[in-house]
Amino acid sequence: MYRIRFHGRGGQGMKTASRILGRAFFLAGFEVQDAPRYGAERRGAPLFAYVRADTKTINERGVITRPDLVAVADDSLVGLPLAGVTQGLDKRTVLLLVSHEEGALWRQRLNLAGVAISLPPLAEAQATARFHGAEMVGAVARLVGCITAAQLREAIALELAFLDAAEVAVHQGAANAAYEAMAEHAGLVQPGGPIVAADYLPPRWLDLPFEPAQVSAPVIHAPATSVAVQTGLWRTMRPVIDYDCCNRCWWLCSTFCPESAITVDEDRSPTIDYDHCKGCMVCVAQCPTHAIVVQPEEEPVPGGSP
Amino acid sequence: MTRTLLTGNGAAAWGARLAKVDYVPAFPITPQTEIIETLAGWIENRALASRLVTMDSEHSMVTAAGAAASTGVRVFFATSSQGLLYGMEMLYTIAGWRAPLVMVNVSRGLSAPITLEPDHNDVLAARDAGFLQIHCSTCQEVLDSVLIAYRLAEDGRVRLPVLVNLDGFYLSFTREPVVIPDQATVDRFLPPYDPENVAFRADAPMSQGTAVLGGSAYSYFRYQMHLAAHKALVVYDEIAHDFAALFGRCHEAVECYRCADADYLFVMMGSFATKAREAVDRLRETGLAIGLVRPRLLRPFPADHLREALAGKLAVAVIDQNLSIGHGGILYMELAAALAGGRRRETPLLTSFVGGLGGREIGSEEFFEMAAVLQRAVQDGHPPPPRLLFTEAELREVRKLQGVARAPGNKRGGGL
Repeated sequence: MYRIRFHGRGGQGMKTASRILGRAFFLAGFEVQDAPRYGAERRGAPLFAYVRADTKTINERGVITRPDLVAVADDSLVGLPLAGVTQGLDKRTVLLLVSHEEGALWRQRLNLAGVAISLPPLAEAQATARFHGAEMVGAVARLVGCITAAQLREAIALELAFLDAAEVAVHQGAANAAYEAMAEHAGLVQPGGPIVAADYLPPRWLDLPFEPAQVSAPVIHAPATSVAVQTGLWRTMRPVIDYDCCNRCWWLCSTFCPESAITVDEDRSPTIDYDHCKGCMVCVAQCPTHAIVVQPEEEPVPGGSP
Repeated sequence: MTRTLLTGNGAAAWGARLAKVDYVPAFPITPQTEIIETLAGWIENRALASRLVTMDSEHSMVTAAGAAASTGVRVFFATSSQGLLYGMEMLYTIAGWRAPLVMVNVSRGLSAPITLEPDHNDVLAARDAGFLQIHCSTCQEVLDSVLIAYRLAEDGRVRLPVLVNLDGFYLSFTREPVVIPDQATVDRFLPPYDPENVAFRADAPMSQGTAVLGGSAYSYFRYQMHLAAHKALVVYDEIAHDFAALFGRCHEAVECYRCADADYLFVMMGSFATKAREAVDRLRETGLAIGLVRPRLLRPFPADHLREALAGKLAVAVIDQNLSIGHGGILYMELAAALAGGRRRETPLLTSFVGGLGGREIGSEEFFEMAAVLQRAVQDGHPPPPRLLFTEAELREVRKLQGVARAPGNKRGGGL
């Protein structure tokens, strides 16, 4: 069975990528299971999706703990324990990362026993034109080696049927380019065997100790603990205030910010708290003078460093 | 007939579409919302000739559903978790009306603390409402069960509402290959709704759900629901037989997998049961004679089927994805009661595991270990105490959370 996990941030198209891959496997004659996993968060939050494909009925369910391939759309997730990118990686697992840095470097950094391959990140113009997932799924389709270019193309057409034909073609082109670029690695990812019962590591169950309600009720015993969570890491795009254009309206951007990440000084100047701004761009949409511009996260901020 | 990839939610919507439902009262809740979104899309583009009305709450939604079913139209609605509980008063009420409709519940753990992920405490809270319950383990089963549920609900011997349950995330958002049957074949299986004496119309006044005092009439009407639910066991078997004949898929009241020669059994409901099925295959490779028993019907409770399936086995692990606070796993209790009421002497050792609460995974190694626990229990001659599937590593993670939450006396991510 092929067991494949996609990791990315909300908005990068990981769910869509998993669906395209699932559909492509299905078109290639496989039994398939594909599913996203996310919570109540919005754009930018770490999430993952997974695909299983086998020649017989799939009874395994839920999160993949022993992946054959892990595909990561955003290398900033690697350092986030909650994202769980490296969970279950072993010498058989191929890691595919969208990164400026080479796979060999990631392999060394993460002390991986398996192969790591990197894909170059999209330029800004490309990033706004399509899902990041298109390249990834193209690359993955070639790495597993059992999906044809035609099946990949058809899967994209079926799963992106909600887009117009020209947009579908853009995604097909991007996926195909990645598919071709991976030709040298075709079939590198091999299906894993079943998880056998002969020698398993017994779970370390424990008898849950009784604890008084003062401890065991689901209470947060302090205010504002969410400040400790640096949700600014979720941003892929960053809102930047052009103070020459800001009319000091005093309230719009700060009021609409769903994270309360914009404060207004006594002189009516707004400031964005980049440690907690998730990059949702609600402020950009609300600002009446269009004084908040959008920048890719990787570009330096003029006149300061958030 | 088409075979394609569908989520559990998509499969539920297809079931309603193929059943040609007339009326869909709706109120959104995660992880169910995709079902009504899908139906709304089809109604919008005329693929489905139904009326969808968004309501102000689940309480109103259930009321509208029962009222519409009483006028003689085919009704479908879907909800989940808190929404099911918010509509609870009316679940009991419309079942008492004997309104034959179908609802889908997408299981999600109940607050508090709040979660989005699944367990069965929501659907089991509706256990005694007078709705029959079908529990699904695959997306295909969801589609098929909606069709079966209409036949069951509308059968003149039953005439009770039916709840079809699927697990949030593990089915609701998970795509699997699903056969979408032809409309013509479905029409042969499920004829148009014949409302018999349910037709509640302005030109033919009648009263429904009337007041009764003194207890005798109340006892009569409520116990008649109970008798109808029992009758549903027989009716269900007939319908499942018809279904298998037409569609080639067999959905028995109790699924028995590799049970015939088994010494040991897992018993569990819902989508996690496919994990148990996988574990059975793997354990069989080691030479262990183990099988899986999965009740699809929970109401009516297929006690005879289960007694038969368990007869002569050495030991059974009942895995409950629910917790009755102050007592334990609900399926375990119901099964123990069924065995106690049986005539057979060869009752297996019954062990209770509670796992998968709030969507917690149950790992393959945990199934393997439960099988080992069963073998030790047989050697010892007595079952171990009930076990929550919860590891030392999980408690360490909870300790970390408690550290962030400044729980009193917490050793900030320290040891156990």
